[in-house]
Amino acid sequence: MSSVSQTFMKFFRGSSVPETIPAQGSQKLTRRSSGLGELARSWETAEGLCVLDLGSTSPTNIRHFTERGHRIYSEDLLTASTDPELPTTDEQGNAVLDSRKFLADNLVYPAAHFDVVLCWNLPDYLDESLVKPVVGRLWSVLKPGGMLLAFFHTRDAGPDSPCHRFHIVGPDTLEMQKIELRRDARRSGTAPSTIADGFQLQRVFNNRHIENLFRDFASIKFFLARDNIREVLVVR
Amino acid sequence: MSAPSSAPASGLAQIGKSVFIKGELSGSEDLYLDGQVEGSIALKGNSLTVGPNGQVKASVEAKGVVVQGKLEGNVQASDRVELRKSAVVTGDISTQRISIEEGAYLKGKVDIHRTDIK
Repeated sequence: MSSVSQTFMKFFRGSSVPETIPAQGSQKLTRRSSGLGELARSWETAEGLCVLDLGSTSPTNIRHFTERGHRIYSEDLLTASTDPELPTTDEQGNAVLDSRKFLADNLVYPAAHFDVVLCWNLPDYLDESLVKPVVGRLWSVLKPGGMLLAFFHTRDAGPDSPCHRFHIVGPDTLEMQKIELRRDARRSGTAPSTIADGFQLQRVFNNRHIENLFRDFASIKFFLARDNIREVLVVR
Repeated sequence: MSAPSSAPASGLAQIGKSVFIKGELSGSEDLYLDGQVEGSIALKGNSLTVGPNGQVKASVEAKGVVVQGKLEGNVQASDRVELRKSAVVTGDISTQRISIEEGAYLKGKVDIHRTDIK
């Protein structure tokens, strides 16, 4: 019974936590998403769903859901994780982000509030210290039977895989837009520190890690894509 | 392809960027706000524009709301909300129509309430 809780692989550990906002006009790619296709059946048939989009603010996604009469919540957790007040140290003196403060400021919703959570590629790019606490919080804000969609890179994707935002442009089609950094730190009003080209892939989860990450959920389904992405659809 | 205007129209009530207001702000005319407001803003039947320098920490009730700067608080618009590309909004939005430019930041809920057109 080896514990995998501490073995989220840090192959591609990033260093900087810059202020970020998706760039405008950056190139957009289109990809098919089987996970989205399965998930979309729920919002095409049900009424008045409560949807949480954890990617960068997407006018396309907001329009997609509001046109169907659903309520959408937008919360950009990656950008939120760049809050300069979050860095701290753990008991061993390691540099981490303060997950308690992070969850005090973010994902603050009543229990069992959402029918759908669009996690996109958040776990791959979120700081290690925040991943498990965030998934735990997502479990609590999802309704029983509610679904969460997340994307994970395979090792073949390589450490320089760009971080994308995702726009829903069809029942099973996503438009991917690379997230680039802006030099104006709009949220905090402070100058960003180290500026890289974007968020860096923090680690690669294998199937076992993913199953462990979502072990409190009722079921998990994997969809393998050709572009070195594993799509995961979990049900609370 | 109209460029978003950052300057207020002439004749519009304005709050300049050096002005700070704390409390309840209400009125019966359109307002361009480029300063700071903390409290609440009620412009029923009229529109609020938060300029690029505007920093609002208030609940907002208006017919139309255009945001170019920062707005923290819930927005209730009887007609329309526009978030321009420089907008940073934290709060829930309830409106009939919404338009969001690429680059705008929103943390909160969007609830579209539709009124049947007779």
